[in-house]
Amino acid sequence: MEKLYDKSLTELHDMLAAKEITALDLTKATLDRLKETEEQIGSFITISGEKAIALAKAVDAKGITESNPLAGIPIGIKDNIVTKDILTTAGSKMLHNFNPIYDATVMDKVYQADMIPVGKLNMDEFAMGGSTETSYYKKTKNAWDQTKVPGGSSGGSAAAVAAGQVPVSLGSDTGGSIRQPAAFNGIVGLKPTYGRVSRFGLIAFASSLDQIGPLTRNVTDNALALTAISGFDEKDGTSAGVSVPDFTEDLTGDIKGMKIALPKEYLGEGVQPDVRTAVLKAAETFKALGATVEEVSLPHSKYGVAVYYIIASSEASSNLQRFDGIRYGYRSENVKNLEDVYINSRTEGFGNEVKRRIMLGTFSLSAGYYDAHFKKAGQVRTLIKQDFDHVFADYDLIIGPATPTVAFGLGENINDPITMYMNDILTIPVNLAGLPGMSIPAGFSEGLPVGLQIIGKHFDEHTMYKAAYAFEQATDFHTKKPVILGGE
Amino acid sequence: MAISEEQVKHVANLAKLSFSPSELAEFTKQLGKIIDMVEQLEEVDTQGVAFTSNVNQTINVMREDVAVPGTAREDLMKNVPEAENGYIKVPAIIDNGEAGA
Repeated sequence: MEKLYDKSLTELHDMLAAKEITALDLTKATLDRLKETEEQIGSFITISGEKAIALAKAVDAKGITESNPLAGIPIGIKDNIVTKDILTTAGSKMLHNFNPIYDATVMDKVYQADMIPVGKLNMDEFAMGGSTETSYYKKTKNAWDQTKVPGGSSGGSAAAVAAGQVPVSLGSDTGGSIRQPAAFNGIVGLKPTYGRVSRFGLIAFASSLDQIGPLTRNVTDNALALTAISGFDEKDGTSAGVSVPDFTEDLTGDIKGMKIALPKEYLGEGVQPDVRTAVLKAAETFKALGATVEEVSLPHSKYGVAVYYIIASSEASSNLQRFDGIRYGYRSENVKNLEDVYINSRTEGFGNEVKRRIMLGTFSLSAGYYDAHFKKAGQVRTLIKQDFDHVFADYDLIIGPATPTVAFGLGENINDPITMYMNDILTIPVNLAGLPGMSIPAGFSEGLPVGLQIIGKHFDEHTMYKAAYAFEQATDFHTKKPVILGGE
Repeated sequence: MAISEEQVKHVANLAKLSFSPSELAEFTKQLGKIIDMVEQLEEVDTQGVAFTSNVNQTINVMREDVAVPGTAREDLMKNVPEAENGYIKVPAIIDNGEAGA
């Protein structure tokens, strides 16, 4: 059979609907591809092959028609999304033995769409990190250069898609955890508007910031996947009762008259020259397509990282209280009394980055520091949000780099938390304001991909996809492949 | 602002974590740097600025008070590390000393 692993989701769908291949053929080919590539990339914590085969047979029995564009398509799932009867670790020793008894709402939607989950993807422990190196289980490699990090925390989700292990994956993004690894691996990753996708069954890190979103190798595939996983969910009190459009509609390439803003702060100090050049070239591309691009200012964005580390860590310290060794997960053997179960299970079950965040959050919420830290951060968050409101009063979209640099080396920043945190300086403000943001391929620096970030208004992913699609049609960055996918 | 080892110990106690002396020294150093970084917020004038805890405008979400089937007890117990007679088993709350748990 011809190779299937470099095909897009829409190409695969056409083959399935035309009965050139079955879902079972595709699932088997995907599992073979995982076998061939997993040692090199290391993106999966768990491969659920038997379940995938059984599901593929059931989908074939039902039949695949043109009206169900995702039926039979293999998908990888970040390991902080709970999957019934499939090990779900969140990259932590704490959940080394956790087999959920229910599915996250996004999994219900994946199954309703007749997609085939093939396994659980590696990630930074509890989604805390920017390189997937804080995972308890393994190191994932960048699809373009196996000496570089895949980014994080959804590093497995990005590397798996870029390396052709799966055509689509789900990740989660609290401060950049979909966009940064998508940028580092040269693929399309979108963090939806806060409330667009249900968080029910997403193991909580920072509840006011977390969102689940899709990673794919092109814009149309991404729009298809987001359409499938979006929508109000009564099980998530913050999910939004807004209608879900078909995000693939209106991908015409025509963006004449679109008003795009380029914040000067996003091209400032710390942004690599090649990254800056790629973004400025992207601005020219948009202009050539008939959009206007003008410089604007987001004056409080420089405080984003500080605000984020207080808010996200405070919420995390509260959310992670549930891991106490009692009802599920890791329980220390080294105990004499109940207090030991709590302290020793947490001390032995959590890694250092998770402990740092719990400690910072607990400190920020503790007596004497609450006003100076947590309350202050919540106020500056308001100012960051207002900066965006001002720009979006006059513009349709904001563009900038997704990350200040291209992928860095494995081991390079792992012992330097602040350098690691600064990596998210361009993505964090979007989460703080609850806006949708995406990264699309926009260039290369020394053989490594550069990601262009596109930020939209609340619940206006539609316009982002429209612009991203037009950019994709006008450029050839998305057609370049890493060696593992057949590139040169 | 630097943070002292004593403060780090106090916070660890609140968070139910423990650190060896060498870890404590390392965490104190790292947390101190992170706290210095976040304290740059002091320079921002936030007089009269509202506090944002969540960008979602919804306050309360209600549902109809209708009974729905719950989760089977057997399922709920599946991930429990140690159980006996349908109960979750934990060591004694008061230290048993040499006798252990």
